[in-house]
Amino acid sequence: MGSSPTRALDRAAEAMHLVDYRAAELKQVPTRNGFGEGLIEAGSRNRDVLGICADLSESTRFEGFRKAHPQQYIEIGVSEQMLVALAGGLASVGKIPWIASYAMFNPGRSWEQVRTIMALNQTNVKIAGAHAGVSVGPDGATHQAIEDIAIMRVIPHMIVVVPCDAVQTKKATLAISEAWGPTYLRFGREKSAVITTDETPFEIGRAQTFREGSDVAIVACGILVYNALVAADRLARSGIECRVVNNHTVKPMDEVAILDAARTCGAVVTVEEHQRQAGMGSRVAEILAENEPTPIEFVGVEDRFGQSGDPAELIEHYGMGAGAIEEAVRRVLRRKKA
Amino acid sequence: MQTLTPERLTELKLKANDVRQGIIRSLLAAGSGHSAGPLDMSDVFTALYGYLLRHDPAHPDWPDRDRLLLSCGHIAPVRYSAMANFGYFPVSELLTLRKFGSRLQGHPERVSLPSVETTSGPLGEGLGQGVGMALGAKMDGQDFHVWVVTSDAEHQCGLHWEAVLTGAKFKLDNLTAIVDRNFIQIDGSTEDVMPLEPFADKYRAFNWEVFECDGNDLAEFIATAERAKLCKGKPQVIIANTVPGKGVSFMEGDYTWHGKPPNAEQADEALRELSAEREKILAHG
Repeated sequence: MGSSPTRALDRAAEAMHLVDYRAAELKQVPTRNGFGEGLIEAGSRNRDVLGICADLSESTRFEGFRKAHPQQYIEIGVSEQMLVALAGGLASVGKIPWIASYAMFNPGRSWEQVRTIMALNQTNVKIAGAHAGVSVGPDGATHQAIEDIAIMRVIPHMIVVVPCDAVQTKKATLAISEAWGPTYLRFGREKSAVITTDETPFEIGRAQTFREGSDVAIVACGILVYNALVAADRLARSGIECRVVNNHTVKPMDEVAILDAARTCGAVVTVEEHQRQAGMGSRVAEILAENEPTPIEFVGVEDRFGQSGDPAELIEHYGMGAGAIEEAVRRVLRRKKA
Repeated sequence: MQTLTPERLTELKLKANDVRQGIIRSLLAAGSGHSAGPLDMSDVFTALYGYLLRHDPAHPDWPDRDRLLLSCGHIAPVRYSAMANFGYFPVSELLTLRKFGSRLQGHPERVSLPSVETTSGPLGEGLGQGVGMALGAKMDGQDFHVWVVTSDAEHQCGLHWEAVLTGAKFKLDNLTAIVDRNFIQIDGSTEDVMPLEPFADKYRAFNWEVFECDGNDLAEFIATAERAKLCKGKPQVIIANTVPGKGVSFMEGDYTWHGKPPNAEQADEALRELSAEREKILAHG
């Protein structure tokens, strides 16, 4: 373990084989790289795994797959609706197609095809939604998908996975390739902290406790899990102990883990790089409202569009930095029942 | 190669008549649904299930079967009636069309009735899936053929043309699109709503092999489809010119029958006409 300003990582982090996320120099790798690596391996394990691309092979990290498995790679140009239709047909004859574009275009542009051809028709198609979130950066609002979790989680049968770092994205890619079902895997463009290791377990549908604590549960997904850990660490210095849950599967959500966190802590903060409405946090709120009404605060984009900028400054500007998470924890603590 | 003898042709004409009667009965029972398209495609579906397709109703999941996709799902009554009349399920089940719990959903659903191959209804989506199936067959060296029935109006959808581009790129000669060219859609004539002509030229420009025929002439359609299937290195399209509502005089050519069913009196009249036509086929072939 690296240097620790306060104490060793807690048992939860050790059980999860996390790296010491408090280290000054964490490895920074884009989650999309994990997808690219995972897909190459999935394609080696099973020749029916296909990669179908809509003119974004380099930026979605299909490039390595194309070189490693040229017979399993299909390029169809700028036609995202066709990605879904083509993949649906291929899945119907036994293939396991991954289709990749920016999340804004697939599933953004192709939503009705996703609903009809993948979900209602129950085909084993996998969507890789790249460049999700405002951390896309300079491309601006047109290319920053911050509504995609909402439109995917509402579709019956759809599996929705938002891994926390590049290593976990690779594992998720492999797990999704091997599990039957229409699935949406969401990841980002920008380099982000690698906090898990090869030894960290991963199972679709099973949330992970990355930090112990009983004052407030921070339930996060995607690259903001790191910010949640940073916030929790800072809060610990003022005596507030947060449980941090890596809630990587938005659907089907691990209700047991969510309820356990809520019952233990009595207050919840959700964190996601997405609109605050209708995303991962909203699903947490639905579970709590029905089973265990608990004070909750949502960290995410507040009913706005993004804009051009540096990824880090956009995360701060739109209220998803570690500081914003700390504030949300303090707010929810004030509402917590004695 | 099969031969279309005069006796076989007469059998098929009688089947097409059965299919039309099944459509009228199921639409009457349903109380909603589309009339004109199903009637005008009865000959095409009879030719497919009765002559052109490699299929086995007793084994609908046979891996080597030809795939028949109905892209314009709203004309499902013709597919259901043809399937029933060719042995996929009892003809009596047609009366469950659009009813609660029925396998015969208002628009076809693969999960409840796998032999429809795919769920359809939202227009413009069938050809893309057919391209995927045909490409998958090529990748795995399988020799089944993929047939996709489309409406003319769904050629107003962008996705359909994405599929046309893709089919040409991969030279899918194991793929045949059939267009129900009846010139009608809900809001009127296709040429008033959003002109499609020159229709055949569009496909030629996209590097497809184009065939045209009378879609209500069984012998002509079968001969055309057999020629189309021989084409190498290109996907094919058959523009089947049809008369909307074909077989029921008061529906023929009238776009207002696109999206409504007959009432009891109209159904009686339609069935009387179709029965008279049946007698004529029996008498004269």
